[in-house]
Amino acid sequence: MTKRMRNVAITGIGQTRHRGHREDINMVELVSEAVEEVLADSRIDLKDIDCIVHGNMELFEGVHQPDMWHVLGDGAFGKAGYRITTGGTTGATLACTADHLVASGMYENVLAIGWEKQEEGMTTTGITNMADPLWEREIQTGAITGTHGVMMMNKFGEPANQAAAEIRVLMAENARKNYKAHLRIDITREDVLESRVLAWPLRLLHMCPESNGACAMLFSSEEQAKRLPQKPVWMHDHITVHRQETFDLVNMGDLDTHGEAARVLYARNGIVNPLKQIGVFEMYDPQSWWALDWIGKFLMFENGEQIDMVLNGDFAIDGKFPLNPSGGVVSSNPIGATAIIRVAEAALQIRGNAGDHQVPREVDLALASGFGGTFWTVLLLLGKDKPDK
Amino acid sequence: MLRKVAIISARQTTYEENKSDERFQEMCYPLVKECLEETGLDFVPGRGIDFGITNSDDFFDQRTISDGPMGDLVGTGRWGGEEKVATDGAMAVMYAAAGIASGHYDIVIVLAHAKESQVDSRNIVTFHTFEPFFTRFLGMDYTQALGLQAESYMHKWGVTEKQLAEVSVRAAKNGKNNPFAQRTDKITAKDVLGSKVISAPIRELDLYPVSDGAVCMILAEEKKARALTEKPVWITGYGNCYDSYFLGDRNLWESMSLSKAAWSAYRLAGITDPMEELDLAEISVQATYQEPMWYEGLGFSEPGKGMELFESKQTDTGGKLPVNPSGGQLCGNPLLLSGIVRTTECYLQLRGEAEKRQVKGAKRALAHGTAGPAGQFHAALVLENDEGGNR
Repeated sequence: MTKRMRNVAITGIGQTRHRGHREDINMVELVSEAVEEVLADSRIDLKDIDCIVHGNMELFEGVHQPDMWHVLGDGAFGKAGYRITTGGTTGATLACTADHLVASGMYENVLAIGWEKQEEGMTTTGITNMADPLWEREIQTGAITGTHGVMMMNKFGEPANQAAAEIRVLMAENARKNYKAHLRIDITREDVLESRVLAWPLRLLHMCPESNGACAMLFSSEEQAKRLPQKPVWMHDHITVHRQETFDLVNMGDLDTHGEAARVLYARNGIVNPLKQIGVFEMYDPQSWWALDWIGKFLMFENGEQIDMVLNGDFAIDGKFPLNPSGGVVSSNPIGATAIIRVAEAALQIRGNAGDHQVPREVDLALASGFGGTFWTVLLLLGKDKPDK
Repeated sequence: MLRKVAIISARQTTYEENKSDERFQEMCYPLVKECLEETGLDFVPGRGIDFGITNSDDFFDQRTISDGPMGDLVGTGRWGGEEKVATDGAMAVMYAAAGIASGHYDIVIVLAHAKESQVDSRNIVTFHTFEPFFTRFLGMDYTQALGLQAESYMHKWGVTEKQLAEVSVRAAKNGKNNPFAQRTDKITAKDVLGSKVISAPIRELDLYPVSDGAVCMILAEEKKARALTEKPVWITGYGNCYDSYFLGDRNLWESMSLSKAAWSAYRLAGITDPMEELDLAEISVQATYQEPMWYEGLGFSEPGKGMELFESKQTDTGGKLPVNPSGGQLCGNPLLLSGIVRTTECYLQLRGEAEKRQVKGAKRALAHGTAGPAGQFHAALVLENDEGGNR
């Protein structure tokens, strides 16, 4: 456990309905929808928030330093604010940022806002632009890659193919219970396996959508949390793990930032059996092949045990280890918000008011992960009870 | 802050119009190496540097996730962590301090970079800060916004172009003492008034030059800071604040956000009269009119009296409160980095390492950064050496 100077609680959660088209509103209005909801959820007055944390991916919408314009809708006028961006992990990083800012004693109530209005730009162009202009840009395909799928297929054969499709079907089932999710589709394993190939064996239905959405979360000191009416969800720990920039094409499957993050976080927090001790996991799953591989990494499986678990239905909302009851990233993906939605959904499950996609049991500890950059991981641990100081 | 935080090492590049022979990483690497050598630290979480904070911007780098290529330099090669602050450099320092004060990290490295030469920073990058419905069609960018603010300020308080030209003259004079400065040639008021108009009433020599450069810094909690350096520079006050967005919604001749940011920092540092209680200030002056205007926002003078204070020579090097002995941003540093360059200059001053530009006996300093159109956002840091409390 890292030393924490003081406890930090999640005291409010707000999200837009994540949708593919929101021509009816502009970016500021999108952000303000989430902010209005977090204010209503936490019952805090805007004047009691002393700091706003803001993040997205600038080149997706083509607005430079959008926090300046967003003052009109995010409540930052006359307040302190930080703009933090780390690619796909941005949302998870925003939660870490808010945790730091409150735990440091610098601020009492910090509002973290992740957002993206992807219909304003061309996402794959935006992502391709992250590769080194001299060495990698010509071969970049954004996030559309079949490499992990090929590896899983080579190692585990057809069962992996079936499991990757099955986990997508499960995500769709969960998303249909979550009215905020973007894709609430009714699909079968056959639909997934017959959908268009993007990069074999990655198919269209394996892949996350481009969504418009925002998520705002309020983080408060213990003293403030006592004052606010929502049941607090406590920040226990978080870790950020990166790796070297350039992709190592020979060894791409072992870019084990997820595994490293899990190992350190579990060791610091006394987690010896994540399957038993963690009540729910909101995992950043940009595509179902990655999801299938990454469950194994986070749960420290070595022989693809997750494949059978998927086919057994163990990851369902009422299963042994509920995974992404919200429907996950393959159902909603407003990139700058995507990772903070994981944290928000994990917190909702602990609070017990996630709505139709609430897991039918008490959740004491929840995990939320973010993924982005050149295989970066942010992993957060939230709890129903205060962490030991 | 629940833990004391100090800057224990800082390095900057020279600032140049075009470092075309260096990529971002090449520009930064020597700084990182020097900071590591000076402190003897390595990238070993728990026993060395725990975390990296970078400062850059996707638009300035024309690269999505502009911190991607910088990770290797701040130790993320083997499972290290990194986060990017995408606004003025002073915010990266403030955020690094938050990570340490929270107890999560003990030692954090900060790396800031920008190469304005690779993009049309003045007219294309900052143009995109303006929202696409009303103001972008007008061709607005930060220099246009500065022009409007300059007009507003000068008209309100009767300040003339001739008076403001002296701000540039002094900056160049101070910059001559700064080996990192870009604009160091002696200039006269006549040169300023004869230079070409960029955005009326602002002329080329009224405005900061487009610049490339980088800064690296290491911050640590108290115990480790003491073990690692003889001369830690403590962060004793911090503050930042947003003003409203549309220029028409603000009184452009005054700055609410600067006052709020500065007084948050002063309050934490126990300062009630900044003019008396600071030994020097390094402030981000992008255009000459901001020198008197920021004085007013920072509480150095009454509203409308900033120019008078400048002309009284009290803010000259050797005066009561030297401002920008380095020459400041008018002598060159990338727009995005100004706050962290100012912080680095204060750090050098408080360690007595500012060489020819040293303010004698400096114990407490103010570093200021700004972002957004016409100073919409401001950040302020109060820094002190071990003598800071004994003034």
